[in-house]
Amino acid sequence: MTATAPDAAAALAGGSQPLLQVEGLQKYFPVNRGIIFQKQVGAVKAVDGLSFNVNKGETLGVVGETGCGKSTMGRLLTRLLEPSGGSIRFDGRDITHLSRAGMRPLRKDIQIIFQDPYSSLNPRHTIGTIVGAPFRLQKVQTDSGVKKAVQDLLALVGLNPEHYNRYPHEFSGGQRQRIGIARALALRPKMIVCDEPVSALDVSIQAQVINLLDDLQDEFDLTYVFIAHDLSVVRHISDRVAVMYLGKIVEIGDRISLYEHPMHPYTHALLSAVPVPDPVKESKRERILLTGDVPSPLNPPPACRFHTRCWKAQAICKQVEPPLVQIQPGHEVACHFPEERVLV
Amino acid sequence: MTQEMIESAAAPRGAASAFLELRDLKVHFPTDDGLVKSVDGLSFQLEKGKTLGIVGESGSGKSVTSLAILGLHKGTRAHLSGEVWLDGTELIGASKEEVRKLRGSKMAMIFQDPLSALHPYFTIGSQIAEAYRIHNDVSRKAARARAVEMLERVGIPTPDKRVDDYPHQFSGGMRQRAMIAMSLSCNPELLIADEPTTALDVTVQAQILDLLRDLQKEFGSAIIMITHDLGVVAEFVDDLLVMYGGKCVEYGTVNEVFYEPQHPYTWGLLSSVTRLDRVREDRLKPIAGSPPSLINVPNGCAFHPRCPYEPQTGGKGSTVVPELVDAGKGHLVRCHLSAKERQDIFLKQVKPTL
Ligand SMILES: Nc1ncnc2c1ncn2[C@@H]1O[C@H](COP(=O)(O)OP(=O)(O)O)[C@@H](O)[C@H]1O
Ligand SMILES: Nc1ncnc2c1ncn2[C@@H]1O[C@H](COP(=O)(O)OP(=O)(O)O)[C@@H](O)[C@H]1O
Ligand code: SF4
Ligand code: SF4
Ligand SMILES: [Mg+2]
Ligand SMILES: [Mg+2]
Repeated sequence: MTATAPDAAAALAGGSQPLLQVEGLQKYFPVNRGIIFQKQVGAVKAVDGLSFNVNKGETLGVVGETGCGKSTMGRLLTRLLEPSGGSIRFDGRDITHLSRAGMRPLRKDIQIIFQDPYSSLNPRHTIGTIVGAPFRLQKVQTDSGVKKAVQDLLALVGLNPEHYNRYPHEFSGGQRQRIGIARALALRPKMIVCDEPVSALDVSIQAQVINLLDDLQDEFDLTYVFIAHDLSVVRHISDRVAVMYLGKIVEIGDRISLYEHPMHPYTHALLSAVPVPDPVKESKRERILLTGDVPSPLNPPPACRFHTRCWKAQAICKQVEPPLVQIQPGHEVACHFPEERVLV
Repeated sequence: MTQEMIESAAAPRGAASAFLELRDLKVHFPTDDGLVKSVDGLSFQLEKGKTLGIVGESGSGKSVTSLAILGLHKGTRAHLSGEVWLDGTELIGASKEEVRKLRGSKMAMIFQDPLSALHPYFTIGSQIAEAYRIHNDVSRKAARARAVEMLERVGIPTPDKRVDDYPHQFSGGMRQRAMIAMSLSCNPELLIADEPTTALDVTVQAQILDLLRDLQKEFGSAIIMITHDLGVVAEFVDDLLVMYGGKCVEYGTVNEVFYEPQHPYTWGLLSSVTRLDRVREDRLKPIAGSPPSLINVPNGCAFHPRCPYEPQTGGKGSTVVPELVDAGKGHLVRCHLSAKERQDIFLKQVKPTL
């Protein structure tokens, strides 16, 4: 997983361009009022100006509280949603506003895995049909037939190929997530967006699925965008990590830098809130308790969006938006008063 | 619990001395596919002011246990046996009416999903007031005042205004607080929290755990914290019960279970979890296989199909159900391995990987 240099700059210096280049990406969902004459009265600024790169073969982890725009970002990257602004380049090609037809050949390169292995599998279809669907949609002719290809995939993700004719309800949560992974892998994608792929699973099963994702990445040189709210899972799987708050990236950096030298107050609060499974250490840890709730993305606070909950906020934080700037090579922070703090 | 107490658990005894005591609780559901043994012989004690954690994979019988304590299986097809003693009263044999009176006043529960406890058509305040009036003979006005007071206690800003909001006007974290306010309105002495923070962000989880800790300090309630998050357990509980396939497989103080775990399943849980407080490893160590079906619980030790040490028990693991025995000072374990074998495996194979 760590074959590629974590630093985008280093990759560029090496001559290879990032597989995914995102610039100023926005998604505003209009809020309408009125029954006959619909009038837009506002917009949910779900994603509001994201810029980042992902190199080939690496994993970018994305963390942040519920509603901060992680899933919206994932759906924009896979072009299940139309961006309101900004640009997405995949493999050197601008895909920001590609039509459905224009996206079709790219569908095999970019796949998505969802959190809920239950609702994302059609209960009336057999596993064979579900995992084989991408072959049929893309009209791929496989030399040994779709069935053989599907059975190979099932074996690859650790399922019994004999279960080809079974239905989703006959499988456990962990097995259903494997089915979702097999389906995503069918067309040998270059990049997979994983949206909370292990959040619904028990810890012992989480570890199985994470190891599987790791193995597949090594075997097929896959690139992952791994969305999760569990910071320890994200640390395990990611080469680089982005922390989001209210539609924006507030901090992004390589794994070690971000977890060992976090700079943004919000990252500090998140890390300090994760309880560690060690009673003595836990009793001695410092915890930053954030007060109140995340403000509404309909009407986010001006300038630094975190200022309503930040214990370090000064007058400037309410007036000037802090830009995302590089503080160290491979580590960017959006805060007027960044400061290293050791929390794990 | 001592060895003697465990052995005599099935025999009838007098009233329990502990504030809460379960004796050989069984909850079985007859279904078309067979008998589901959701809880199969669970015993433990809990004193006021203390917190017991129950951990285990989904389907291991945690929620069914809590519903049994609250008497919520009464009048369903569930078959119950054993005893549940709460402050000198036995609840399994008690009438539905008797238990209903205790529920809400002496014992209360908070759930993972607050919407299951809050009605969408009534204001938050009216629901808390109603819960309070069931058990307290007070005027509507006094009950409303109590609702405002409780909302303030759980950290809802401007509670005198928010008291008239409907559940959908609250965020997820606020709804969880509102449910806690409702559950605590009668100062219950026993609070069962069933995955209270599982659906919440870590930041909100930290607030809720903090709140529960404060309230426990103030009212001296006993708390049962059901969760699958080992971090939450490490932070919050005094004693810990590990459940697998409807049975307790390990029980001890939180320090005993975390620092000297005895059961292969507990070892598996502790080594499979990703953790921020340790150096990151290249590879996780999952437990093989998946949790058992409670209709077809594996013979012998329910964990044996997933247990790497099963071959060492000379076939007993797959044929004989191990007893829950005392591994020292009331630290209980249900495994055929001898104390010496467990010690060796733990020190040589497990501890270095934790
Ligand atoms: N289709 C939609 N229409 C309107 N608002 C939406 C839609 N999808 C998401 N949102 C809003 O956008 C914000 C970000 O949501 P989401 O991307 O799902 O966050 P996350 O995955 O981080 O929890 C939330 O406030 C959510 O309510
Ligand atoms: N009313 C019921 N009828 C039949 N089976 C049930 C019923 N309630 C729970 N079960 C089964 O009992 C087992 C334990 O469930 P539960 O206590 O909810 O597990 P958990 O540890 O995840 O809380 C599960 O296998 C579940 O399917
Ligand atoms: S810019 Fe100001 S308000 Fe925002 S995170 Fe930094 S210190 Fe806090
Ligand atoms: S009894 Fe045997 S199978 Fe069960 S946990 Fe112990 S060693 Fe493993
Ligand atoms: Mg999401
Ligand atoms: Mg449950």
